[in-house]
Amino acid sequence: MTAPVAYRRERLDRGIKVRSDDIFALAGWPEILYLAGPRVAAAGLLLVFPLLRNWTGDYWQTVFLVAVSMMLAAVSWAFLENVGLVSLGHSLFFGAGGYLTAIAVLDLRLPPLLAVLTGTVGAAAGCAVLLAPVLRLRGVYFSLVTFALPLLFARVIEATKILGGTEGLAGIPGLGSLEVRQYLLVVGLLSATFGLQRLLDSDYGLVLHAIRDNDLSVRASGIPVGWWKFGAVLVGALPATLAGAVLATHYHVVGMSAFALDYSVLPLTAAVLGGSGAMAGAAVGAALLVPLSELLRAFGTLRVVAYCAVLVLVLVSVPEGLFSLVRRRYHQFERWVPL
Amino acid sequence: MVDRLSKQFGGVRAVDGVSLQVRPGEAVGIIGPNGSGKTTLVNLITGFVRPDSGRVVFRGVDITRASVEARVRMGIARSFQTPRPFYRLPAFRNVIIPLCSRRARERLGSGFGRREEVALDLLEEVGFERDAAAVTKPASELPHGYLKRLELARCLALDPQLLLLDELFSGMSPAETASLIPLLLRLVEEGRSLVLVEHRLAELFQVVGRVVVLDFGRKIAEGHPADVMAREEVRRAYLGGEVSASA
Repeated sequence: MTAPVAYRRERLDRGIKVRSDDIFALAGWPEILYLAGPRVAAAGLLLVFPLLRNWTGDYWQTVFLVAVSMMLAAVSWAFLENVGLVSLGHSLFFGAGGYLTAIAVLDLRLPPLLAVLTGTVGAAAGCAVLLAPVLRLRGVYFSLVTFALPLLFARVIEATKILGGTEGLAGIPGLGSLEVRQYLLVVGLLSATFGLQRLLDSDYGLVLHAIRDNDLSVRASGIPVGWWKFGAVLVGALPATLAGAVLATHYHVVGMSAFALDYSVLPLTAAVLGGSGAMAGAAVGAALLVPLSELLRAFGTLRVVAYCAVLVLVLVSVPEGLFSLVRRRYHQFERWVPL
Repeated sequence: MVDRLSKQFGGVRAVDGVSLQVRPGEAVGIIGPNGSGKTTLVNLITGFVRPDSGRVVFRGVDITRASVEARVRMGIARSFQTPRPFYRLPAFRNVIIPLCSRRARERLGSGFGRREEVALDLLEEVGFERDAAAVTKPASELPHGYLKRLELARCLALDPQLLLLDELFSGMSPAETASLIPLLLRLVEEGRSLVLVEHRLAELFQVVGRVVVLDFGRKIAEGHPADVMAREEVRRAYLGGEVSASA
């Protein structure tokens, strides 16, 4: 006579969480896989996609390149948002990265790779210096300034005909093959996503969060808020300037369109769509948005309608962002265990 | 330490030529009616407000023009009258913020990870029970008395040589104030300087040996608590009828 076995449901990560709340004590491969699986899978997908060129065709490989660029811009946007700096003009970083790379390669005659690095770091530093005076502004005022700056740059270039005027700077040599550009961006994206997330989770990230909430107490705690924000902009701009720099070498030209509103709106929308609370959320948002917008290309201007509809739908139904929702659900997976 | 300090807001002389000296290992109370310039004086000493005239000297260094952060680095810490915690962070993480400051890093090192232990120790010092839920609760869910003590812990994390506490006791229960007084006395014994802005005189006088009375931004009296409270002008300006009740 055996008693009937009763079952109850328990969360897959129960064993992990029970051992410790936030320090993971892993026992065995299944648990490691459960936690690391999604990250490894996402990273793997990014690393493998460029190898599938024969199968996907060049068109989707280019979409991939643009998508990764926008993922970088979205991660950059989400990082700054986490620090309380909501940017409405992310094309500033994007355009600055492109133009500086063009100058580095055309005027300074640097080799393409060095030019991209110079453009990336130089533009981030330049933008941080440019924004330094307005970092003391809080909330919407900072956003308004960032909104104005790319517009201002575009008009200055148009009016004074510097930097090639409306024609832009053409003749930028490509950086290696398409794969080289893709992998440069993918490596940049992976380091930005995981690196910035790690930074935000550290004690110093705590300070950055605190600055967003209550900068008076942060100052009273002996932390120079201005310098920290400056550092945050410097680090946070890097992914976006890298995207601008690499795309400039991809298109062989950088023009006023690099400062266009699209490059400001897309990172923001992507971060909202994916959930800006996590760096990976912003990246996922962009990874969904760019191919979606390509698929809708056939609809012409109607594309914008569909695009807005998706956005509004997500904002109303999943305000936390798709990624945050999926992540929460993932940690709620259950299994049947005998009582 | 503070020499003929003045600050005007619009047409109001918030602090008018106040001079004050606090020695190491001394606790001084600042009292006065509402709007008499007590908090402005704290703001001037800590650098949140720049004086129109006068000087602030700390350990022989003129810091009148120094930034808030530079003053913290030299060892000046303050609490806010209305607690200003980081509401979204758990209590112990609130204390980690000052532990990331330059002054704390010079003392503890810049390494990651050890700060949580130090933060928990500090919270215990100000009366959080070590394993209580309050330690991990977001500051937004803590009662007022805990927030006040959290302010104090945030200050202590900076290992201050001069600690300015702006109405620490207000809104606290008698039991809570009673538990903090030994801690404050110990800080003074360790050679730190304490400046307490207070309305709760009975508690204040257990800690300080000297009080300064402000009225309309001017210093109208200074000295031993009992002597000062006996003076006619202090009674008139500040205490009115309640002097016998609190002194």
